[in-house]
Amino acid sequence: MAVSDTATESAAIGPPPATTGFLGWMRKNLFSNVWNTLLTIVCAYLIIRIVPPLVSWLFLDATWGEAAPQQCRAAEGACWAFVTEKHRVILFGRYPFLEHWRPLLGICVLLTVVLTSCFRRCWRPWIALVWIGGLGAFFVLMFGGDVPIGLRAAAAAAAGAFLIATLRSSGSTRSLLFGATALFALLALAAGPIFRVIDGVLNAAFGTGPLLAGATGIWFEIPTGLGFVSTSLWGGLPLTLLLSILGIVVAFPLAILLALGRRSKMPLIRMFCVGYIEVIRGVPLISLLFVGSFLLPLFLPRGVEISDLLRAQVAIIGFSAAYLAEVIRGGLQAIPRGQFEAADALGLSYWQKMAKIVLPQAITIVIPPIVNTFIGLFKDTSLVSIVSLTDLLLATKDIALADVDWRAFYAEGYAFIALIYFVFCFFMSKYSQYLERQFETGRQKRR
Amino acid sequence: MKKLAIAAATVVAGALAAGPALAGKDLDTIKKRGSLVCGVNTGLAGFSIADSQGRWTGIDVDVCRAVAAAIFGDANKVQFKPTSAQQRFTALQSGEIDVLSRNTTWTLTRDAAQGMVFTGVTFYDGQGFMVAKKLGVKSAKELDGAEICVQSGTTTELNLTDFLKANNLSKAKAIVFEKIEEAVSAFFAGRCQAYTTDASGLASTRSKDAKNPDDYVILPELISKEPLGPAIRRGDEELFAIVKWALYAMVEAEEYGVSRANVDQMKTSPNPGIKRLLGVDEKNDMGKLLGLKADWAYQIIKQVGNYGDVYERNVGPKTPLKLERGLNALWSKGGLQYAPPVR
Repeated sequence: MAVSDTATESAAIGPPPATTGFLGWMRKNLFSNVWNTLLTIVCAYLIIRIVPPLVSWLFLDATWGEAAPQQCRAAEGACWAFVTEKHRVILFGRYPFLEHWRPLLGICVLLTVVLTSCFRRCWRPWIALVWIGGLGAFFVLMFGGDVPIGLRAAAAAAAGAFLIATLRSSGSTRSLLFGATALFALLALAAGPIFRVIDGVLNAAFGTGPLLAGATGIWFEIPTGLGFVSTSLWGGLPLTLLLSILGIVVAFPLAILLALGRRSKMPLIRMFCVGYIEVIRGVPLISLLFVGSFLLPLFLPRGVEISDLLRAQVAIIGFSAAYLAEVIRGGLQAIPRGQFEAADALGLSYWQKMAKIVLPQAITIVIPPIVNTFIGLFKDTSLVSIVSLTDLLLATKDIALADVDWRAFYAEGYAFIALIYFVFCFFMSKYSQYLERQFETGRQKRR
Repeated sequence: MKKLAIAAATVVAGALAAGPALAGKDLDTIKKRGSLVCGVNTGLAGFSIADSQGRWTGIDVDVCRAVAAAIFGDANKVQFKPTSAQQRFTALQSGEIDVLSRNTTWTLTRDAAQGMVFTGVTFYDGQGFMVAKKLGVKSAKELDGAEICVQSGTTTELNLTDFLKANNLSKAKAIVFEKIEEAVSAFFAGRCQAYTTDASGLASTRSKDAKNPDDYVILPELISKEPLGPAIRRGDEELFAIVKWALYAMVEAEEYGVSRANVDQMKTSPNPGIKRLLGVDEKNDMGKLLGLKADWAYQIIKQVGNYGDVYERNVGPKTPLKLERGLNALWSKGGLQYAPPVR
């Protein structure tokens, strides 16, 4: 039985020692050939050179808690005392110090609304009401003062009613009702600025004085008991979150309409959508912000003041809508023609076909690039610092680091906001992976 | 991109300046609104900066407060609007802000062709030099053969070249750096013997970025003129007079020795000049002539302070910036701060 003998023998001896255990693993993965060996040595050298000093700078030698700048200067490591001292101006900018609980609560409300919308089982019509309520609460907290609630509440109620009607209707009335929903939602959220602009234009043309804005006065106002804080004082994280969340939420439906419009058979609509997308994509966001900030005020009639925040917000929404539209168009093009034809054969209207057959498939396909755009947008909001909106970046740079006593610690300041940005972007990235699993978009290529 | 925006803003500004001006309306708007909107820097230590609690401090900020105190009798009736260097003129021209108080250098172009007028000088700045003490250099004219660290692409660099040419310092060499931080660290690392930028910047760099500030000296020569002051839109003479005289009242008060601390005692002073300034003398109501209350200057001094108070509090030797009065001392003490008489 020579064969079995050899088998027993080799089993007893076992594989050569250099292929098992830690050594074997090293040999297989790190030193398998000359190039690998070289790479391993270079990497190991870099790690040894970089990691220990970084760890001791970040943690071991760092100054924690409260400390004077002199103590920090004397210490070798990072000065986290800078963050302790300045975290409130970094997070909330110039918002009145004693009122910081308001933006803090505002952030909590915003994040709660966002997190709620993340769960698939919450994707029901009522989520629209959660958004209207959440954004309303955020603005009430941030602005304070007397809230002209009558008009807003009426508009919000109308928007809700139209939304429900939209969902129950079908065919061509549906798009009409949807339009009405959007109009009233916009009115509920931005009645003040909209009326002020209309008033200003009318006043410049006919000298009518405050018409609509004056009329809002007859609606009853709820005194919140909180001091009024104008948008010029908003800053830090609430501003960054507001710009990016509204940028995403408002731009998304606009982008769907633009993408559909670009593929529309109606030439006027198609030309408008193509023109819009190409013009907006053809210029950098920063130039849109510049136009909004420098040129727009010169063309508006005197007395019409649109806050910097609104101008930047509109620029961000318009910009991201154009980008998202192209992403969504990619998804639309990936849907086989048969799907459209099948929907037509069932006698579905255009909107039914799009809403029930095409868009759900198209959007699931493009989840990764959509989230990619969102992440890009979230970080792009830091460009508003160019037009002096005190977002996280500007609050760090021009408030916290402008203090001569602390200006040496810029690395710590930037590291702190980098961490904040990272947390949000990482969450978005993980959430997109969760969504992909939910929809099993990877089913064709399961690894 | 920045240049483009500036060019665009300038063109529009030029067009706007040529158009008809609205006379006297700005002051009415301010009074109706109940507060002054003041354009300030987003963050510049000593001039306009928010502290750890978000409160504004600085010379430029105090100028705004003084104007508000004169108009409303309440220095807190100011809304500060942070503006970037590119934004500031548009913000003023479009009426978003009433007063621009943002370390802006007064030049002919700005005064004549951008639809704005400067009302005075709150801080005389100028470009200077810093050297290591151990070199024993006492004057900028001794810098021949030295290497001088400077930020590139700025007027600072051009001023330096002009100065070296004008003073025959052909052996001195400018070492240019793209960023100001690089120039500073190169200087402290010993790459150059001298470093040049605006004097206020030199002082703050010395006190904050040097390991031992006493090892460095700032040379006495200033090689450029940078008068910084507030500006308003053209076309409102009343507002122009108020902003101008609010500044003068602060200087005048320092000259009379009326400060924030002693202004209440000074009300009983027999000096007719002080009486006129503080509005105690009813026959000589200076406020009325400006369309203000009689105690306009008293409110400025009480709530904000005289020019010396403001200077010492924000940039003076006891602050981190440690700037000596220099050009900003009163004319009677060898400086340039001079106010026409309040009478």
